[in-house]
Amino acid sequence: MATTAKGLDAHHDAHAHAEHHGADHKPGFFARWFMSTNHKDIGTLYLIFAIFAGIIGGAISGIMRAELAQPGIQVLGTWVQLMGGDSASMDANYHLWNVFITAHGLIMVFFMVMPAIIGGFGNWFVPLMIGAPDMAFPRMNNISFWLTVAGFCSLLFSLFVPGGTGMGAGVGWTVYAPLSTSGSTGPAVDFAIFSLHLAGAGSILGATNFITTIFNMRAPGMTLHKMPLFVWSVLVTAFLLLLALPVLAAAITMLLTDRNFGTTFYDPSGGGDPVLYQHLFWFFGHPEVYIMILPGFGIISQIVATFSRKPVFGYLGMAYAMVAIGVVGFIVWAHHMYTTGLDVNTKMYFTAATMVIAVPTGVKIFSWIATMWGGSIEFKSPMVWALGFIFLFTIGGVTGVYLANGGIDDAVHDTYFVVAHFHYVLSMGAVFALFAGFYYWFPKMSGKMHSELLAHLHFWGFFIGVNVIFFPQHFLGLDGMPRRIPDYTPAYGYWNEVSTIGYYIMAASMLLFFANVAYAFLAGRKAADNYWGEGATTLEWTLSSPPPFHQYETLPVIEDHHDYHDHRPEKA
Amino acid sequence: MAAIIAIDQRNARVGMLAILGALAMLGLGYASVPLYRLFCQVTGFGGTTQRASESDADAAARIAQSAGGRTISIRFDANTASDLPWTFRPAQPTDTVQIGIRDLTTYVARNDSSVPITGTATFNVEPEQAGRYFNKIQCFCFTEQTLKPGQQVSMPVLYYIDPAALEDERMKGVDQITLSYTFHRVKEQGSQPTG
Repeated sequence: MATTAKGLDAHHDAHAHAEHHGADHKPGFFARWFMSTNHKDIGTLYLIFAIFAGIIGGAISGIMRAELAQPGIQVLGTWVQLMGGDSASMDANYHLWNVFITAHGLIMVFFMVMPAIIGGFGNWFVPLMIGAPDMAFPRMNNISFWLTVAGFCSLLFSLFVPGGTGMGAGVGWTVYAPLSTSGSTGPAVDFAIFSLHLAGAGSILGATNFITTIFNMRAPGMTLHKMPLFVWSVLVTAFLLLLALPVLAAAITMLLTDRNFGTTFYDPSGGGDPVLYQHLFWFFGHPEVYIMILPGFGIISQIVATFSRKPVFGYLGMAYAMVAIGVVGFIVWAHHMYTTGLDVNTKMYFTAATMVIAVPTGVKIFSWIATMWGGSIEFKSPMVWALGFIFLFTIGGVTGVYLANGGIDDAVHDTYFVVAHFHYVLSMGAVFALFAGFYYWFPKMSGKMHSELLAHLHFWGFFIGVNVIFFPQHFLGLDGMPRRIPDYTPAYGYWNEVSTIGYYIMAASMLLFFANVAYAFLAGRKAADNYWGEGATTLEWTLSSPPPFHQYETLPVIEDHHDYHDHRPEKA
Repeated sequence: MAAIIAIDQRNARVGMLAILGALAMLGLGYASVPLYRLFCQVTGFGGTTQRASESDADAAARIAQSAGGRTISIRFDANTASDLPWTFRPAQPTDTVQIGIRDLTTYVARNDSSVPITGTATFNVEPEQAGRYFNKIQCFCFTEQTLKPGQQVSMPVLYYIDPAALEDERMKGVDQITLSYTFHRVKEQGSQPTG
């Protein structure tokens, strides 16, 4: 430690001096947080926003799990009444259920995972890791954030306007036609679609910003092949966003015109085809799932290397595996549509192409394990979350290979097996990566250490909770329980009750998370510059915790002798 | 200072390229509508049938003569959208035709309501791989039909099966093709669809 600190002092002499004179001069509260152009402040805003949206999205899933705890309708009626409907009407109950699954899906995808992992950690750490003073377009960065907030408001607003059978848009996160066109009158679906437009526009601008920043603003000597893997992951993700989101924008704009202006893009009576919507949606939707998980891969790579005190195994393989996943992710979309009447040869292609993705993903899993192999492993909180990620993501990946088979999918499509699969890769994959990243970088961002004990307790509560929620859903799915239903035959009662108990365990562990954040701000120790020690070798650890308001006034220089991994300045 | 301007310009260039990429994908999203239609027409994807002229049909008939006169069963199917109060049915439910030879069949539609209604039909064939071999020379697809209250019309379909189907591996074992029509109400009419 001592030698590291000494080395850092030597390196930072020049700009430590500058900091005293104004590098840390912050604007007033309103200008700082509402007109922010600082990548760290915008990252913080994104994280706060994502936590807020996550609470809402998580609470909605709590209502859903409470309803599903027993067969019959017990809980929904109360909520129908709260929203001004007639709780005796089964249609009103069912519609509200559809509204809940729609809101849960859209919030968690567009307003929790994406803002947190790309907007939050991406904004905070991409510039720090490549040695840039800020993002390439700081003002556009601000616009991206507020577009996302506006999108979220539009989605929340949609809950309180008529959507056909009742208040809110009950169309699922996929917004399939014709349910979303002739099947849902009233403005709710329009607001939900507009919310996707806004969030999508924000993400496209954000992606442009990341691509430009990563291509143009790397510190001297920071070649593409020396970038930390988290930066690689955000670069690949930005390209996916840039290529996939406009297609969604086109698809849902056509939905809007079909709904409001009499076009018939998806209406067979005018020569359209509802299946075209599914093709367009999944051409976006499949890359979208990689958009959510790839930055998580990057975070896990940083953490596993740090706490194994070893450079990550197979750096180039890891980077190009992400590129491969991104590329192949664009040509597998119809595996979400096996039951729309594809002929057997088309299914065969999409089955094979989908399974190919297991190869680069396997490269990543094995490289993480190889990184740990023979390492001096420390089970600090980010590391246990990262290990949880690797374990649970692999389970989700295995069920993914299973579902990739067109023949098997005919039997289990739209069952709880699919629900279990995508929650293993997202609510355990992406979310574990989020928590891993949070505990890894929270002291760097806030300057305060969290409690390792609480973080570990949070981990175990969350780990047990989500597994109790989602593992039984595999059994339910194989037994044939359809997804997107609030009521079911009593035969499915047992595992549903278990699943709901899992939710309560998970929710209790989340209290520990908030307690931990509160503890850190109220009583947390001050965080050192590099509180994880020897293994943390990327540039953000050369800065103070929290980093100065403006960093790298003198750009760090990555010398030729620096390898892929170790970007720290030379020791004195 | 010069270096700072340079980086701004480079950023603007990369940023503009990225935005252009996004716009190109947006355009591709819209272009997918005609492209999808074209793709269906060319490949017969989703059971899209082919259009043919009289001379195509003559050529097909000549090939069919030399191919030995295999026959295939055609089933005719008729549906109406739920908001269209018409009776719509084929004049005969099935027919056995010689591959390559023209056949004429008739569908019958009657307006059961008390107001004039305009409808338009969509169509496809099952199994899907038969789409590219099902050639229609003349049909009522996508011409709007207005029927007065109680009015009944007969609508002919002149078609043939392309003899090339005999050489397609994927058509092995296909001994019946279903031609299906669905009549929809044309939207731009005073009354709102109730479905």
